[in-house]
Amino acid sequence: MGIKIIGEKCIGCKICVPACPFQAIDVVDRKAVIDETKCNLCGACVDTCKFKAIMIEREVVAPKVNLSDYKGIWVFAEQRGDEIQEVTLELLGEGRKLAGELGEELCAVLMGSPSIEKKAGELIEHGADKVYVVTDKALSRYSTFPYTRTFVSLINKYKPEIVLVGATTIGRDLAPRIAARIKTGLTADCTGLAIEPEKKALMQTRPAFGGNIMATIMSENHRPQIATVRHKVMKKAAKEKGRKGEIIKDQFKPEAEDALVKIREIIKDKTVKVNLAEAEIIVSGGRGLGEAKNFKLVEELALALGGAVGASRATVDAGWISSHHQVGQTGKTVCPKLYVACGISGAVQHLAGMSSSDIIVAINKDPEAPIFKVATYGIVGDLFEVVPALTKKLKEVRG
Amino acid sequence: MNIIVCIKQVPETTEVKINPETNTLIREGVPSIINPFDENAIEEALKLKEKNGGKVTVITMGPPQASEALKKALAMGADEAVLISDRAFAGSDTLATSYALSRAIKKLGEFDLIICGKQAIDGDTAQVGPGIAEWLGLPQVTFVVKAGVEGGKLVAERLLEDENEVVETKLPAAITVVKQINEPRYPSLKGQMRAKKAEIRTINAAEVGAEESKVGLKGSPTWVVRIFTPPPKTGGEMLSGSVDEMAEALALKIKKNGVC
Amino acid sequence: MNYFLTEEQQMIKDLCRKISQEKVLPVRLELDEKGEFPREIMKTFSEADLCGLYLPEQYGGFGGGTFEFCIAVEEISRVCGGVGVTFAASALGAVPILLFGSEDQKKKYLPDIASGKKLAAFGLTEANAGSDAGGMETTAKKDGDNYIINGTKQWITNGGEADTYTVFAMTDKKKGSRGATAFIVEKDTPGFSFGKKENKMGIRCSATRELVFQDCKVPAKNIIGKEGMGFIIAMKTLDMTRPGIGAQALGIAQGALDEAAKYSRERVQFGKPISSLQAIQHILADMATQVEAARALVYATAKSIDSGVKDFTKDASMCKLFASDTAMRVTTDAVQVLAGYGYMKEYPVEKMMRDAKITQIYEGTNQIQRNQIALKLIKESASKK
Repeated sequence: MGIKIIGEKCIGCKICVPACPFQAIDVVDRKAVIDETKCNLCGACVDTCKFKAIMIEREVVAPKVNLSDYKGIWVFAEQRGDEIQEVTLELLGEGRKLAGELGEELCAVLMGSPSIEKKAGELIEHGADKVYVVTDKALSRYSTFPYTRTFVSLINKYKPEIVLVGATTIGRDLAPRIAARIKTGLTADCTGLAIEPEKKALMQTRPAFGGNIMATIMSENHRPQIATVRHKVMKKAAKEKGRKGEIIKDQFKPEAEDALVKIREIIKDKTVKVNLAEAEIIVSGGRGLGEAKNFKLVEELALALGGAVGASRATVDAGWISSHHQVGQTGKTVCPKLYVACGISGAVQHLAGMSSSDIIVAINKDPEAPIFKVATYGIVGDLFEVVPALTKKLKEVRG
Repeated sequence: MNIIVCIKQVPETTEVKINPETNTLIREGVPSIINPFDENAIEEALKLKEKNGGKVTVITMGPPQASEALKKALAMGADEAVLISDRAFAGSDTLATSYALSRAIKKLGEFDLIICGKQAIDGDTAQVGPGIAEWLGLPQVTFVVKAGVEGGKLVAERLLEDENEVVETKLPAAITVVKQINEPRYPSLKGQMRAKKAEIRTINAAEVGAEESKVGLKGSPTWVVRIFTPPPKTGGEMLSGSVDEMAEALALKIKKNGVC
Repeated sequence: MNYFLTEEQQMIKDLCRKISQEKVLPVRLELDEKGEFPREIMKTFSEADLCGLYLPEQYGGFGGGTFEFCIAVEEISRVCGGVGVTFAASALGAVPILLFGSEDQKKKYLPDIASGKKLAAFGLTEANAGSDAGGMETTAKKDGDNYIINGTKQWITNGGEADTYTVFAMTDKKKGSRGATAFIVEKDTPGFSFGKKENKMGIRCSATRELVFQDCKVPAKNIIGKEGMGFIIAMKTLDMTRPGIGAQALGIAQGALDEAAKYSRERVQFGKPISSLQAIQHILADMATQVEAARALVYATAKSIDSGVKDFTKDASMCKLFASDTAMRVTTDAVQVLAGYGYMKEYPVEKMMRDAKITQIYEGTNQIQRNQIALKLIKESASKK
């Protein structure tokens, strides 16, 4: 098992050489040769070869469980303060499609304090056929150990085929722990899901390399196949009022390990009015604002649009605004319908966090600013004139 | 305080370019660096050591050239560096990687804290840190933006979407850190000279006690079916005219798009 | 061109370049506009072990020489001449102690300068004593175990920011230039205060202040060397640090050349980049040749000094003279290449041109340098048969 160059197919064109991040390929005597001490089997070269001359041989590891025992698409119903999070509804929407293709049930897993139980109906109305409910005071706010243990016990008991979790701070803390406990496959931050028709397995597509490439991943020989899904990418499930479904309750089992991590304090950020990741409209400010107080212009435009305020890393580093507003590779990844970038140059790290927004408006005085390459609409101008003018016009146009 | 930092050597993804003709990545000439989030992890470990005393050991799983990343960590001030390298590890996904690292950490002996960067900028999964915590049966604290030791416990502030959460956990524990936690120091001149002469301990799969079925391609439930480059964004429109004209045109377009 | 840097010298170059690119570049225009001292940046250099390159290991330094020092100054000045001179001027204050100080003085003052914990400064120039340094009027009168210093030094780089000052004062006016003595004066010594910060044409982030001495009592043990050695100490120090200023000018010139070359490729006129126009190509070619010649001269001088050559006054003067004249020419040409944009403050070249000018003036005006070179040359000619 490993990597192989198919000699008859390789013509020594060298296209694969620059594609290897470990510089493990060389062309000797017009044939590609792979240095096995450097090769990491990442597969980057395989797709660059136009002649399909590179092959990675995988020994198909037999599944450790009977795959057909596992049925059902599960969605983790993320709740915060007893409110079902928007991403859950998006997962139900996508989950319904997958369930339909596989001819299986769509279920939701709801954990929280006893008062969360009444929200089960909302999940059913958005498409869940079954809702597994586990309530306890210990589950009212997310914590790794109680949630992981509970979810894993449900998985072991009811055997879902696929589990979808929102790629939120909760989801990205919980899902890897579950996957490692069950020793199954997990794909992070998916932007596309589909069923592979032959194997009837989940194909998970997601960005990698800072968003420079897309990778499609499968884990067909393990169950459940788990994926965390980026929010605001999938379409929310439609609500069907009065829809009926089944609620299955399970018991929470407390353990000593739950006391290992204690929550001391929640520090609210008063500047955050809308969770950036959930916002449909975001207006962001960058270094071009010049100083902290100029964020006022951004806030006024955001208000006029009914949107949230975002920021580039430079402004957060300069202390002009709190890091909860930061958009980018080291901040938040957002996917709103409208993203307005004011005085943001569009460094690669920032683009990684917002380039998949539906409509991007860029306002910058530098016509060469990279942000204009991804902008749907670009204005080259002084933001101190353009932004207030836009705010004014929007108020007029919206009436 | 005995601190272990897990790092990864990655290509500088912000410098990666797309070949416009073949629509593939050009990774040649792209420098290899320490994953930026891991630099923050090293810095945090050094700060905790400066405050509480102890030792900082840096480990990485990778091909032989990953030792360059370890040398840089030593130059920043880490005390010891360990490279886990073996053909058997090639092709590992996050489960297999976290397994191998957890075996290596067990081999290193007693420790108080494991620090990982939130995610690697090539894989972008953020799964290895929690995976290591699970394999070792440790409490985990993710997205840490501030950390300190109080009365033998770790107190950490987590950066959540719209608020911060302060937790305390018994040690040993594993944490993952975000970039906002600190500003990594430059490897000082004297540090670089020391690192040049330093020995990097290299251990293979057998020495780590890793089961063959749990590492490499065999130990990886996930595999990459296909890699492709996303289509480039095109068709942007540059507005023109006076400020008022452009503002009006844009406002109308936004309204027309039904966004608000 | 390959200057055969050792691995360590390459490390120094790379580290200075990295820090300058990441920490200095984003703020250089702002520091220049506000005339703000680069304290945080100097702290970063200190933490990276770069402040004691030329100081011996036994005092906490790197144990390198003038060449290592010049490499660092060049890389920093390439991004900002003001930060470059802040870095370099500390050496000016430390070298007198290094060359002529007692063991106790070296142990007391050099380690903090080497670590970057403290900055140093060189107090020679006065309102009436610039080129004519021997005409200084600041006095130091013996009073038991102390000396009382009275007078004002002018235009002192790092004035007010440094902790350790090498100050030259007349202990015996009758002896003329042989009557000057070098003293180490610490900041916060009673009677030692600073004038306002000067508002300069260039190197604006560098702090330039008057040093005001009013009955300032300094212990006799703070004399460097002996009474009367002041002038020699000053001259020998300047000889040694002159290549550093040459390196600063060289760095500024290189930075300007880089900007001009880059701009010429991007600026399109008449349907093509201006880099395809022979007029621009010739300007760039001349700029590049002069910069390389300046580099070769500065490096050769630095290496010669480090090899232990005894008399390097002429060489040090030549490299400072040539590099600074080159910097002035090259930065002016850079503004010309960027044309209208070059004149605007948003583009870095007008700052580089303003920064370059001082290199032709301080540390001995280029006229004084020519005097020195000519005198040495004539002497050499006379001694040849």
